[in-house]
Amino acid sequence: MVMMHGVAIPPFERFYEQHRAEVLRLLRRQLGAERAEDAFQETFLRALQAYRRIEHGEHLRAWVLTIARNVAIDMGRRTRPGGELVETAAEDGTSAYAELAHLTDGLPAKERAAVVLRYGYDLSYDQIAAALGSSPGAARQAASTGVRRLRRRTS
Amino acid sequence: MTLSPDVDRRFREAAVTLGLVDMGFDVVESPVGELFVAVSDRGLAAISYDTVPDLQLERLARIAGPCVLRSPRTVDVARRELDEYFEGKRRAFDLTLDLRALPPFTVTVLHELARVPYGETTTYGALASRVGRPRAARAVGTVMNRNRIPIVLPCHRVVGAGGDLVGYGGGLERKTALLTLEGAL
Repeated sequence: MVMMHGVAIPPFERFYEQHRAEVLRLLRRQLGAERAEDAFQETFLRALQAYRRIEHGEHLRAWVLTIARNVAIDMGRRTRPGGELVETAAEDGTSAYAELAHLTDGLPAKERAAVVLRYGYDLSYDQIAAALGSSPGAARQAASTGVRRLRRRTS
Repeated sequence: MTLSPDVDRRFREAAVTLGLVDMGFDVVESPVGELFVAVSDRGLAAISYDTVPDLQLERLARIAGPCVLRSPRTVDVARRELDEYFEGKRRAFDLTLDLRALPPFTVTVLHELARVPYGETTTYGALASRVGRPRAARAVGTVMNRNRIPIVLPCHRVVGAGGDLVGYGGGLERKTALLTLEGAL
């Protein structure tokens, strides 16, 4: 089913039920069982805070996993070596995101996350800001700096 | 890997405390079956006999926004008043109501409905007259049928002109039970 736009935003309860187990798994892997509990709460509070302003219901999994990764980093533990801020595994077997992920390889983590979330997943800057724990303005800045860096690299 | 009930509860509590929830809901036990109860920052928004939340959640999100979250605490006051009502200790509800997104005629009829006293019944036609639309009994019936907040807005107190119970969104059995509780039958 291809529906890039106009996918209804599910009520938060449904979004939460759908993703909480995976978020908790990720956080336990990165932080251990105990600290994962605080990070879990922080992740879904950030998501909830931005939820009213999201523009469509696509890629919510990538979004919430990105929030979780960022929360884990904020809580003072580095991700696995080579770990990425942004969830770049395609959700539906298509390769558009994989391609963008490849293109953005080597950008600083925040810039890469902002570029992929913006141009690969079509998320709003409000949503990206929630994922990165920054302001919408900073998210926009990170995406445009990332794109400029890519342009320089390819020219 | 399962989420511990404690972690889940802490998140829901924090979400409400921080004011991030547009609509909180929970299931409330009652003698007429489980009730799906939803409360927004404006007041009680919905009571439903259908406790399978899927459709309910979509409906609530359309009314209040997408931040709909199960949270026992938001419905505490409504739960307490409903408990008291079913124990026969409460004859009127002191709950503010969220009647957002309802057409003006519906709101007018529901306000009039709210004035039908505990333990008494009225008819669709009488209610229509009281809102100044004496020929709109059928339209009043439709409003009763779609009443978003049954029990608290007492559509169970509205019966047919001949005294028969006619119908009820939650089934005639429940209408009978509520009127019996109130001593109206």
